[in-house]
Amino acid sequence: MNRDDHEHVGPGDAGRASSGRTAPTGQGGGRRRRGRRRGERPVVPEAEFTSYYGMPILNRPTWKALDIAGYLFLGGLAGGSSLLAAGAHATGRRALARSAKIGALGAISASTVALIHDLGRPERFYNMLRVAKPTSPMSVGSWILAGYGPLTGVAAVTEATGRFRRTGAAATAGAALLGPAVASYTAVLIADTAVPSWHEGYRELPFVFTGSGTAAAGGLGMLTVSVAQAGPARRAAALGAALELGAGEVMTRRMGLAAEPLRQGRAGALVRASKILTATGAAVGLLAGRRSRAAAALSGAALLAGSTALRFGVFRAGVASAEDPRYTVVPQRERLRQREERRRRERSAEEHEETGRLAGEDRGTSEGR
Amino acid sequence: MTDATARNGETGPPAEGGLLYGVQPDVAGAAGHHDHPPRMGFFTDTSVCIGCKACEVACKEWNAIPEDGLELTGMSYDNSQGLSASTWRHVAFIEQRKPLGGQDPGVRHGGTGAPGSPSEDPGDVFAAAGRLGTTVPAPEETASGEAAPEGAGAGAPTGEISPVAPDGRTELRWLMASDVCKHCTHAACLDVCPTGSLFRTEFGTVVVQEDICNGCGYCVPACPYGVIDQRKEDGRAWKCTLCYDRLGEGMEPACAKACPTDSIQFGPLDELRERAAARVAQLHAAGVPDARLYGEDPGDGVGGDGAFFLLLDEPETYGLPPDPVVTTRDLPSMWRHAAVAAATMVAGVAACFLGRRR
Repeated sequence: MNRDDHEHVGPGDAGRASSGRTAPTGQGGGRRRRGRRRGERPVVPEAEFTSYYGMPILNRPTWKALDIAGYLFLGGLAGGSSLLAAGAHATGRRALARSAKIGALGAISASTVALIHDLGRPERFYNMLRVAKPTSPMSVGSWILAGYGPLTGVAAVTEATGRFRRTGAAATAGAALLGPAVASYTAVLIADTAVPSWHEGYRELPFVFTGSGTAAAGGLGMLTVSVAQAGPARRAAALGAALELGAGEVMTRRMGLAAEPLRQGRAGALVRASKILTATGAAVGLLAGRRSRAAAALSGAALLAGSTALRFGVFRAGVASAEDPRYTVVPQRERLRQREERRRRERSAEEHEETGRLAGEDRGTSEGR
Repeated sequence: MTDATARNGETGPPAEGGLLYGVQPDVAGAAGHHDHPPRMGFFTDTSVCIGCKACEVACKEWNAIPEDGLELTGMSYDNSQGLSASTWRHVAFIEQRKPLGGQDPGVRHGGTGAPGSPSEDPGDVFAAAGRLGTTVPAPEETASGEAAPEGAGAGAPTGEISPVAPDGRTELRWLMASDVCKHCTHAACLDVCPTGSLFRTEFGTVVVQEDICNGCGYCVPACPYGVIDQRKEDGRAWKCTLCYDRLGEGMEPACAKACPTDSIQFGPLDELRERAAARVAQLHAAGVPDARLYGEDPGDGVGGDGAFFLLLDEPETYGLPPDPVVTTRDLPSMWRHAAVAAATMVAGVAACFLGRRR
């Protein structure tokens, strides 16, 4: 946690203990900002800010990391696997289809268990299906899962038993249609919150998640299927990894201060690890995955681990950004300052016009005289 | 309850502007209530709050909220820290080195210290605090009423703890403010609730139905103010109901009823806004230029709050976000981005099956 370059009152570390005892708007540290509101404009937006004894403004998400970050990963894996399964089914790659279908069912079953486990009152899970609300990504997600889960089940069971082929094909296609929704809605799920490091990346996060899900599914294919059939899995893994890494880069550049938790502390370490694992996994898979079964398995495992690390990193970064009031206050202050500045510029432009018009009239009358 | 259950959660089609964010003059009507009473709310005038915490206690008593820990936080007189599942009113105490308007904070206690030499005031509590942990003055020195000996404060200059204005006043003020759920016009907690457990009442307030809540916790990170929270013991989300049960009987909420200084005022929101504007003008005229309203603007990021405040400093000083925006404002864009991402995924994987067959 390198926060030396910022002078701020923040929770965590030793900062909390000391800031907890200082008055929030002391004279010390030059934190007084009374003049600013009256129109004195600092040239550089100040990074320091006031807070209530360094206490967080937002409430910490109550979600448990293992359940929800795990769910985000498993949802992506399932969605990607369903797509791979449909492709393999259509092109007659039996082993890949089989592995992807079973993988999708396993992942979505485990993720549903994680989701229900995270509820404060699991026995009330059915209340999720009381209403359908487009304003609630969790409600939308519940309905998607309600359709997707059984389809993956039918697809996997028919594949494993070899019976009801036609029903199985339909279920496989249906799961492939809903799979990408499962992989992408989870980004909306966490972005539709006030948590700075989740919300600010809402444009790119779906691409990061679908990319990561595709890479993970490709990784699972490489891990479980012989190299002869795993060609599409290798290509999907590389494509997904490229999408994930590219979108992630764009996202962190656009997020501003809210990207900081993605680079710091345990969240930062997880995100860095995920980048390395995903990039090397995809590269090794493309280069050596065709020739060596061991290399393919290794890169598949790296891709799965990278996808997992990404979700845990993003999850933790969000929690860290909610716990430090700086990530809430500083960007909002900046937003207010810009709004104020815009208003003042408009006002002065209006005044300018007014005085110009008056001066013109003046001149006109004097000339006329 | 069935009546409320049938109505709850219906935020209407999101396509109609003003339902997800922006100005919304008829909150209860938009939620499907017909012939509803005027929108009710709180105006909390923190300039007259005395920090008695009667509101906290009254709220706990009336709503039968369980005890959730009494600790000495070291944050002035704040022992409840913030709003939570079991603290629906929270009194913040902010100690500042700053005079309030033209008032004399009156922290010089007797003694001989004439204005201009307050550091020699034997009754100066800050001077006394400055000596703590350094040299213990002999009892007769403090009791005698004589000026403190020079050696006593060595190592802890009193000036650090007791900044003194040129006119000899010790600049200190306490800001006290009772915080509560804002009952936003566009309530993120209500919008994201997947069960319809959170609903808009006929009074325009936001309430959780505890028999429906399944504890998913989605409302918790959605709230831009950090109000609603999950109670660990029962897993459900809880927050201020603006005493929905009392409102139905024509009574005012327990906190407003208990407030001895009328710092917490309850009534129709229009009326409260008028009263608040008058109060701010009055304070400005009295030489308190920092007085400002917070959350009263219907054009702000949450469409204006059903519970708004008169503050004497920046919102963040009180632990409030300076410019909160309801998260669902960006939801249509989020869904669009997710749809494009899903399509990208389909196209990408499909492309992987084209070409070479291996």
